[in-house]
Amino acid sequence: MTRLLPLFGFLVLVGLFGFGIWWNTHHDQHEIVSPLINKPAPAFALPVLDEASRTVTKASLLGKPYFLNVFASWCIECVHEHPLLMTEMKQLGLPLVGFNYKDDPNEATAWLAEHGNPFDVIAVDREGRSGIDFGVYAAPETFLIDAKGVIRYKRIGPITPEVIDREIRPALAALAKETP
Amino acid sequence: MIPELGQFALVLALLLAIAQGVLPIVGAWRNNAALIAVARPAAAGQGVFVFAAMAVLIYAFLTYDFSVAYVADNSNLALPWYYRVTAVWGAHEGSMLLWVFILNVWSVALAAFSRHLPPAFVARVLGVLGLIGVGFLAFILFTSNPFLRELPMPADGGDLNPVLQDPGMTFHPPVLYMGYVGFSVAFAFSIAALLGGGMEQAWVRWARPWTNVAWAFLTLGIVAGSWWAYAELGWGGWWFWDPVENASFMPWLVGVALIHAQAVTEKRGSLPAWTILLSLFAFSLSLLGTFLVRSGVLTSVHAFASDPRRGLYILAFLIIVIGGSLLLYAIRAPKVATGKAFAPLSRETGIMVANLLFTTAAAMVLLGTLFPLIGDALNLGRVSVGPPYFGFLFVLLMAPAVLLLPFGPYLRWGRAEGNQLTTMALRAGIAAVICAIVAAFFAQGHLRAIAGIGGAVWVGAGTLSYVIKRWREMPRGRRFPAEMAGMLLAHTGVAIFLIGVMLSESLSVERDVRLEPGQTESVGGYDFRFDGVEETTGPNWRADEGIVAILRDGKTLATMHPQKRTYSRGQVQTESAIDAGLFRDIYVALGEPMEATNVKGAWALRLYHKPFVRWIWLGGLFMMAGGFVAAAERRFRAKRAPSAAAAATIVTPPTKASLA
Repeated sequence: MTRLLPLFGFLVLVGLFGFGIWWNTHHDQHEIVSPLINKPAPAFALPVLDEASRTVTKASLLGKPYFLNVFASWCIECVHEHPLLMTEMKQLGLPLVGFNYKDDPNEATAWLAEHGNPFDVIAVDREGRSGIDFGVYAAPETFLIDAKGVIRYKRIGPITPEVIDREIRPALAALAKETP
Repeated sequence: MIPELGQFALVLALLLAIAQGVLPIVGAWRNNAALIAVARPAAAGQGVFVFAAMAVLIYAFLTYDFSVAYVADNSNLALPWYYRVTAVWGAHEGSMLLWVFILNVWSVALAAFSRHLPPAFVARVLGVLGLIGVGFLAFILFTSNPFLRELPMPADGGDLNPVLQDPGMTFHPPVLYMGYVGFSVAFAFSIAALLGGGMEQAWVRWARPWTNVAWAFLTLGIVAGSWWAYAELGWGGWWFWDPVENASFMPWLVGVALIHAQAVTEKRGSLPAWTILLSLFAFSLSLLGTFLVRSGVLTSVHAFASDPRRGLYILAFLIIVIGGSLLLYAIRAPKVATGKAFAPLSRETGIMVANLLFTTAAAMVLLGTLFPLIGDALNLGRVSVGPPYFGFLFVLLMAPAVLLLPFGPYLRWGRAEGNQLTTMALRAGIAAVICAIVAAFFAQGHLRAIAGIGGAVWVGAGTLSYVIKRWREMPRGRRFPAEMAGMLLAHTGVAIFLIGVMLSESLSVERDVRLEPGQTESVGGYDFRFDGVEETTGPNWRADEGIVAILRDGKTLATMHPQKRTYSRGQVQTESAIDAGLFRDIYVALGEPMEATNVKGAWALRLYHKPFVRWIWLGGLFMMAGGFVAAAERRFRAKRAPSAAAAATIVTPPTKASLA
């Protein structure tokens, strides 16, 4: 009987690993539960792209829900999601705030000139300090922040049409229900 | 065309591996000399084709063949040639090919250096290795083929993960794999013994040098990985208890236990079942490590792409290999392995206790590594345990091992005498206490540093006193046979390692500072003068390079150049600058400019003074050397050692009864 103990121990591990694989296939890799969800967005005050004298702050954006999209000219995936930002995301009717992350402002401007600029205002986080406060894991990321400045939804990785339909629209609907 | 040749080579290797895995084992069972004789040529053939596949992949990288998706993903035109070679194992598919490649290095070596073993036994060993090869080759061909084409061919490729663009990375993975794939040999010996039966002392003697060499490689691999994390990651730490590190550390801990258990079984015939079980565990943990790293169950947000199909495949493979071998153990061990008894005060007991400590430590690391998974399974959310858990429990488990270690050589096999032990304990104890008291004056109340000195002197003095005893009592030429020299080297390594860990952990000074060009900051008795930042470029990166002069008493000792590199694909990577010394390291890492636009202005800098940190790796190298030296023991190679020959004659005609 004792000779079988290692085998039983191993079977417990197998059960655990099987569960691990099952869990991973049923949970989106990008769905890391951010500790910031339903918490106030971190305060920030960042220069506006191409208007160095102006700053955009958390306070100045309060009063209306908005999307905050983390992008950079060096980010390959950002190119893939960009057409969606230009079209479907704009049609959702919320302001789109760009968050230019760890990027050279000149290159960012050139990048936007090439691919189009969907953003209402662009904050420049050259050093990535505010990015750390936001828990930015990798560009692109998209946050939905409500009128009170609370983060309601976060997407890590590029936005896809499915993400818009299955995650972003429901999040917006939930938001609309609260504020009649 | 060439990449397709690589794929054909892999297919042929798979077919030969199937032949190698099935025919010799059947032959040994049926006592069919023709089938037994298939083992060596099949192993050589598999080796040739796997080496060819590896050569083709390297060639594809060297010739910028971006039509191969794996090459396009992991290299580009600007990447220097040596990193294009390293890029071969820079991602999943290539790592798996490297795994099989190393497995074949071991198989071919075993086929070449096993002429003195009974043919039926070698046939079983090579057969088991062949079956392992089948599993991995099929895995590569069906889920992780590195030769897949990407059409249309991109003009330029992606980039090798910049973290991996470091000289340390060129040899860390192959060496590490030499270690944990090497445990497959001890595993195959155990399975062969379980299948064949009835010769425990002989097979353990044959397995010992292979196990020692594998363990020594694993030690070197872990040391290299730790050094690389220290030099490259920019945090100045040397061990982080992350899942990938733990994956290599668990087989190492079990390997320590295995090496010692093998000595007991070989010399005294005791604990054979335990030795077999440990061989199974060591290799199982190696496979488990591969699974954990590659399947993505733990590292689902990690850099390696994870594919559930791969995870399922490896899990099925684990069930067959580990489950099958443990089942075989449960059925066969009672018949095959019957150990001799020993007295409570004996070397056997000492090794047994140490074995329990090391295996418990490995289990503790496994539990900690799997904690996030357990948390998910029990619906507790993603919980993970970090360095506090590992640090506390590991020290708790290793402290008794350190305490017992100097007694080891003094303990006699079978039955030990108490008075020699007390003499040794008295000497080493007094030396340790005196050194600890002296250290207390220098270390100014750092308890860990004082305990470290005390522990290291205890181990060191105990080992040294045994060296002196051998020198006095034994005739010249028989004082330090390789096996004993290896043991003494490795135990000395423990003492050195203890000093490194305890002193660097307690006495290091780490300071994050803001410095204007020309400003000076004093850390650990050295003055760091920041002389500004210059721009510099490499083959595929540009960097801000800080210039920091290290002064002591106004004299310049060194000028250091920490870098912050931006690779052509935009990834940022810190290259710390290290001024190394036997007694201290000075470590400078460049942070961020205080004003984003003004690189000529003030910067955030990280300045470390780390006394004795190098002893950590030095101790590891001693342990490694111990493993290699012990493997060179002449007794292991003796063709006609009396007991081996006697044991072999019992086995050569494997009867059907022994397999029932």
